Amino acid sequence: MDSATLIAVVSIFVAGLTITIGSIAPALGEAKTASQALNAIAQQPDEANTLTRTLFVSLAMIESTAIYCFVVAMILLFANPFWTAAAGG
Amino acid sequence: MTLSPDETIIWTIGPIALNATLVFTWALMAVLAAAAWVARLQTKRAKRWSIFLETIVVGVQDQIEQIAPGQSTRYLPFIATLFLFILSSALIGVVPGCRAPTASLSTTAALAISVLIAVPTFAISTIGLSAYLRQYTQPTVFMLPFNIIGELSRTIALAVRLYGNMMSGAVLAAILVSIAPLFFPVLMQGIGLLTGVIQAYIFAVLATVYIASASAPHPKSQSTQEAQNG
Repeated sequence: MDSATLIAVVSIFVAGLTITIGSIAPALGEAKTASQALNAIAQQPDEANTLTRTLFVSLAMIESTAIYCFVVAMILLFANPFWTAAAGG
Repeated sequence: MTLSPDETIIWTIGPIALNATLVFTWALMAVLAAAAWVARLQTKRAKRWSIFLETIVVGVQDQIEQIAPGQSTRYLPFIATLFLFILSSALIGVVPGCRAPTASLSTTAALAISVLIAVPTFAISTIGLSAYLRQYTQPTVFMLPFNIIGELSRTIALAVRLYGNMMSGAVLAAILVSIAPLFFPVLMQGIGLLTGVIQAYIFAVLATVYIASASAPHPKSQSTQEAQNG
């Protein structure tokens, strides 16, 4: 197995691992956020506007962790600098 | 498959290469400026364009007013510009042949850096230089490096969050077209449209929150001011 193949194998494996682990934790966090927000809206329907705005902002901030993992996985798969170096040189 | 519209070169003059990001950014800037100009021409006789833009601007102002009471007219030009640019670039992302300029890390980094510069600018003009610098040593002087790191890391987070969301929509569409070219990509484009609008909102809200929190007088100094006034 030459180095380019090795890099490809490791990159594909780690990209899958990145997106797996990186989506579990934000999913749990977002579920907790959404359920808490629904509870709060059920208790105080008058504050629904403020709660929804805060909910969206916090969801986006939690989701950014998953997005970072997605970016890393995409770079590993489609724009891998090590792969380019090994295959080109 | 290209991860960023930076790699698509549209036109080359000597050493200067004009990539898709630049072209679509300039096109958007021209469209936004033209729309504002048309709306200005129509202000005396309330027409479609002016009412449409007025609805957006008043909506943005309402949102800013809820986050930073009393400051909405000052923040409106900056925040609404960010919001309209990110929103319209998300919208042209679904037009065939067009690429969203915010799907490039260069564009989102530029937007995040403009927020990084706007925060001290607004804060110093509101509460003064010394009060702004003193915020970095709150609650103790030992927090100074962490406050500075926090300032930088949230700028990087702003840039990567917007880039990741916009890029993921484009890349997912490209992957799906090669796997299941019929109906599914349309649904994903619809979800991408929703994500793009939400991200424009998030970016604007976060910029407002950062500016407003840096411009808010410190509770202690506020109470002393009130004591001096009263």
